[in-house]
Amino acid sequence: MSFKPVILWTDALVYFLVAAMIVFAWYVRRNEHLLAPWRRVSHSASGMASLTVLIFFVIIGLLDTVHLRPAVENNSSGAAETAYSVEVLSLFDVIATPLRTQVEKTYSAPFAVYLYARETVELPGGGQTREFPRLKYGGAHLKDPEAQLFADIIGKAIAGASLGLFLWGLIVVMLSLVLARRSGESVPSVLSAIRHGATAVSWKTISVTLALILMLFGAALTLCGNYHILGTDKVGQDVFYQSLKSIRTGLVIGTLTTLMMLPFALLLGITAGYFRGWADDVIQYLYTTLSSIPGVLLIAAAVLMTQVYMETHPELFDTVAMRADLRLLFLCIILGVTSWTGLCRLLRGETLKLREMEYIQAAHAFGVSHWRILSRHILPNVMHIVLITTVMDFSGLVLAEAVLSYVGVGVDPSTISFGTMINAARLEMAREPMVWWALFAAFSFMFALVLSANLFADAVQNAFDPRVKTLSARTGALRRKIRKEGPVAKPAATGAEDSFSS
Amino acid sequence: MSPVLRINNLETILHTEAMPVRAVDGLTLQIMRGETFALLGESGCGKSMTALSVMRLLPDAGEIIGGSVRLGEEDLLLLPETAMRSIRGKRISMIFQEPMLSLNPVMTVADQIGEVLQRHFNLHGGVARKRIQEILDQVGIPDPSRRMEEYPFQFSGGMKQRMMIAMALAGEPELLIADEPTTALDVTIQAQVLDLMRSLQQRDGMTILLITHDLGVAAEIAHRVGIMYAGEIVETAPRDEFFRGPAHPYSRKLLASLPGRDRRRQGLRLAAISGNVPPLSREFSGCRFADRCDHAWELCHEVAPGWTSLAGEQQVRCHLFNQNPGSRVPQRQFEDKRLDPAVQAKGSSDKPDSGVRPPDAESQVSNLLTVTDLKVYFPIHKGLIKHVAGYIKAVDGVSLEICRGKTLALVGESGCGKTTVGKGILQLIPTTGGSVRYDGLELVGLERSRLRKLRAELQLIFQDPYSSLNPRMRIVDVIEEGMNALNVEDESEAGRVERASGTRRKKVDTLLESVGLPPETKWRYPHEFSGGQRQRIAIARALAVNPKLIVCDEPTSALDVSVQAQILNLLRELQNTLGLAYLFITHNISVVEYLADEVAVMYLGRIVERGAVDEVLTSPRHPYTQALLSAVPVIEPASKREVIHLHGDLPSPANPPSGCHFHPRCPHVMPVCREVYPGTSTFSSMHMAHCYLYPQQQDTACVEAQAQAQA
Repeated sequence: MSFKPVILWTDALVYFLVAAMIVFAWYVRRNEHLLAPWRRVSHSASGMASLTVLIFFVIIGLLDTVHLRPAVENNSSGAAETAYSVEVLSLFDVIATPLRTQVEKTYSAPFAVYLYARETVELPGGGQTREFPRLKYGGAHLKDPEAQLFADIIGKAIAGASLGLFLWGLIVVMLSLVLARRSGESVPSVLSAIRHGATAVSWKTISVTLALILMLFGAALTLCGNYHILGTDKVGQDVFYQSLKSIRTGLVIGTLTTLMMLPFALLLGITAGYFRGWADDVIQYLYTTLSSIPGVLLIAAAVLMTQVYMETHPELFDTVAMRADLRLLFLCIILGVTSWTGLCRLLRGETLKLREMEYIQAAHAFGVSHWRILSRHILPNVMHIVLITTVMDFSGLVLAEAVLSYVGVGVDPSTISFGTMINAARLEMAREPMVWWALFAAFSFMFALVLSANLFADAVQNAFDPRVKTLSARTGALRRKIRKEGPVAKPAATGAEDSFSS
Repeated sequence: MSPVLRINNLETILHTEAMPVRAVDGLTLQIMRGETFALLGESGCGKSMTALSVMRLLPDAGEIIGGSVRLGEEDLLLLPETAMRSIRGKRISMIFQEPMLSLNPVMTVADQIGEVLQRHFNLHGGVARKRIQEILDQVGIPDPSRRMEEYPFQFSGGMKQRMMIAMALAGEPELLIADEPTTALDVTIQAQVLDLMRSLQQRDGMTILLITHDLGVAAEIAHRVGIMYAGEIVETAPRDEFFRGPAHPYSRKLLASLPGRDRRRQGLRLAAISGNVPPLSREFSGCRFADRCDHAWELCHEVAPGWTSLAGEQQVRCHLFNQNPGSRVPQRQFEDKRLDPAVQAKGSSDKPDSGVRPPDAESQVSNLLTVTDLKVYFPIHKGLIKHVAGYIKAVDGVSLEICRGKTLALVGESGCGKTTVGKGILQLIPTTGGSVRYDGLELVGLERSRLRKLRAELQLIFQDPYSSLNPRMRIVDVIEEGMNALNVEDESEAGRVERASGTRRKKVDTLLESVGLPPETKWRYPHEFSGGQRQRIAIARALAVNPKLIVCDEPTSALDVSVQAQILNLLRELQNTLGLAYLFITHNISVVEYLADEVAVMYLGRIVERGAVDEVLTSPRHPYTQALLSAVPVIEPASKREVIHLHGDLPSPANPPSGCHFHPRCPHVMPVCREVYPGTSTFSSMHMAHCYLYPQQQDTACVEAQAQAQA
């Protein structure tokens, strides 16, 4: 099948972000002292478990970012020129074609074979009854749903899970092969080291998490071909598909908004704190003014203006997807512009504290330039605040998107996002009988995403703080009770203290 | 006399991630009624943990795992927490180190003391108020009925510590634990507080457990001392016997590491104890001091020594004094050494350096740095539009000269503007007036780019080794930063960057070696080092740009005595080999005696007395210098001197007293002192002071001033 690749604005920025991260990773790998804290991250069990989950989300998000326009059969004219569909699909859409196309009439519950609403059906004899009709796709292969349904679901789930388990086994074997080659040990000894958690990188946690994800995902994949495992929404679209599609929107809003906000917050915050004087006054007045305007109002005004502009200039956009995408990007920009004040204020305060530190004065005494002091001394010492704030904001931004969609100034209605899903669920919750699955799906996916991001950021922050080792006495006190069973033969970490002297 | 406190074999551990730290390991001591027992030791040896164990106020990670603490007949470790609460503040009280942090800023003094009275005596209302007035009167707070309604911020540092003592006394305790009660205070205030504690004890017969690292303070008020090392007491003795003849090698080294004039006269290095206090997470076999001890032999590394009684009440934990045959020979050697203090001092110091420094004819003439009438004012902003309502005159006309390769010590209490002088000279803060000439070149008003070139010549070492190194930079980056910024190596021309960075690395290695650190350490981060090692790194950083003058801003005041000796030795060595000049800012007189060539005494932004170190310290002329010197606690029991008590605190530099700044506290105040600032009185070619007690130099300004005063 031929296709034409499409790069939307947000796609380009996401690619840029991915490229930047690859360059950063390459740079870190070459510098031993930068690598050391990341190694400490890899020793943290919770950090690696959440990273595994995050990678799963990111893979789906990235698949959903590669956009293309498939060719349509052009049978009317035999011209050499192929025409492309106006519908922009992502790689993920192509993979999930059955999910996307198997659309029911309206609501149906998870694993249901009947519709959730009564319909008047013409009886073969001529009369009419109101009943729950069979679904077009959900469980359509079953002859006698009442008897077969349960056994069929269990059977398929087990088959899928074992497929996932098989895949997991393959991955673990490959991993231990790689590890064995790198360390020069035999494969069984590496495997037993992983099983006992004796490796430096907590491979045990990673493989357990991976096993759970793969089993769950394997079962879900086998089931979703024949059932709507999370039900369908008002227009009969599969909720599972929607949830997976929402991941990209959430990631884009969370990351791109941060990308938009960071330059403002970092530059202005540090400048204000470091230079004091009139620069400080100007920046303070700026953010005080900005934060005293109701944020929603500002965002609504900006979004509505762009919306009007887009509607009056339809010729700028080839496809609907392009329009929706530009609106998403503007939302990110506007959220970024309005949300830098909090971080800026924090950074200003921290910089005010740092500029009085003696090492900054020592740098002054060396005649180090202002720019270098800012980048070498101040920036690394406020980075932990940036990291914590951006991750905390990540969940807040995903939620802000939901709130804005409620007001009607959020993402384009054609964009599937957690916000639009939750917004739709507002009406469904008031319905009798209640439709709970859309909200449930959005909630659980968002929860998993935000929780793993938070846990990972926590691990990163712990690993990067040089002082954290001395502060963790209390966790040590808890751990000692567990360790008491086995003999501890760890040398005390006192290298610097007694190895040399005057 | 019955013992008030008996601690028997106390063992306290702190749970940490890697291994439990044995903060207190088998500590036994007794304190008699009406006695002051000083627990002496370096930081990290478990002094404070002992105090907290007695109070049962250990942090969460701490746990008492053995022993007993008896107060009178009661074992405190067996009491339930509720009973313990009625003992704290009533039978045992505690004074903490930092008075600014131990008082609640939003409660009045009366409320805070009243809390104790209400809890332990059930006193309320008028009765309580009367009692509070009484207590405040006891600790020497003037006008207690008015001041008791004030908040802690309205009191000065010394007054706050008095307030802490008042709170501790409110419960009429049998035992007062004072945890470094004067460490945060200035010498003159320290003398006031120690005096107060001594007189209170004499009156009430209170028992005091004094925890300190300052041998001078212990010598001043203790009856008995216990030396603590690595979680255990290694020596106990009555004060006089201890300071006359310390027995344990550690105690002797500790005393020998104190800087002083005598050591400098003999041209001796200070007896620095090599290494650091061993981490207490380690398992010890044998004597804990063995690794750092000069007298250690095999037995010391294998068997932990028991207590040996010496003459009198002196007890020591060392194999040298053990009466078993295996240790005979070393003991005799040791006894020999002990007889002759001069030999002992020589033996414990590595080698005498070049003695009295050779007079350098050339350096005598040229002044490296000349500061004339330096003024640094900080504006006080007020009101909505921040108009300038006045100035804090932090430095108000300071003049000084430093010769090549010499050390000028700037002495004064905190808040007198010493540090500001240092920063003003380095042009790190804008100066208001005066001139700073370095090698004949005026630094004030020099544009940034030209000043940058001069930065390499003038460097700075800070007080706090913890905040002077960026925690996120490796040592190599810290040291290279200055070199990169100032482009130190001349041969590093463009196009040879690669080679230059290689030589730079080599330079970092040699620098680290010259300050006594192995070169491998350059890949580490600052938090992996102890305080003394960090200070060495800070020195290496300053040396990296080949400076001629280093401003040392209290470089040893955050360090232990033995580490301080290491750093002072290092600074002297560097001065001898590299010909550095130091502006040494300090409040520690004994460091001045050891290191300085000249002294300038500062009071409230002005230098009141200046001269060669021997002249000023042996025959101080200005009343402030006299009081300052007399307030320094001394160890030699023979040299008891009359402490000149200064009343009150340093006035605010925003509103200095008229005339001589010192007149409100001066014991010799005359009417003329209140009117005009005194001119210069010269006593010798270098020695001069500003005081009306001495004939004034007849310069015109002064004559006019006197004429005004008489009119």
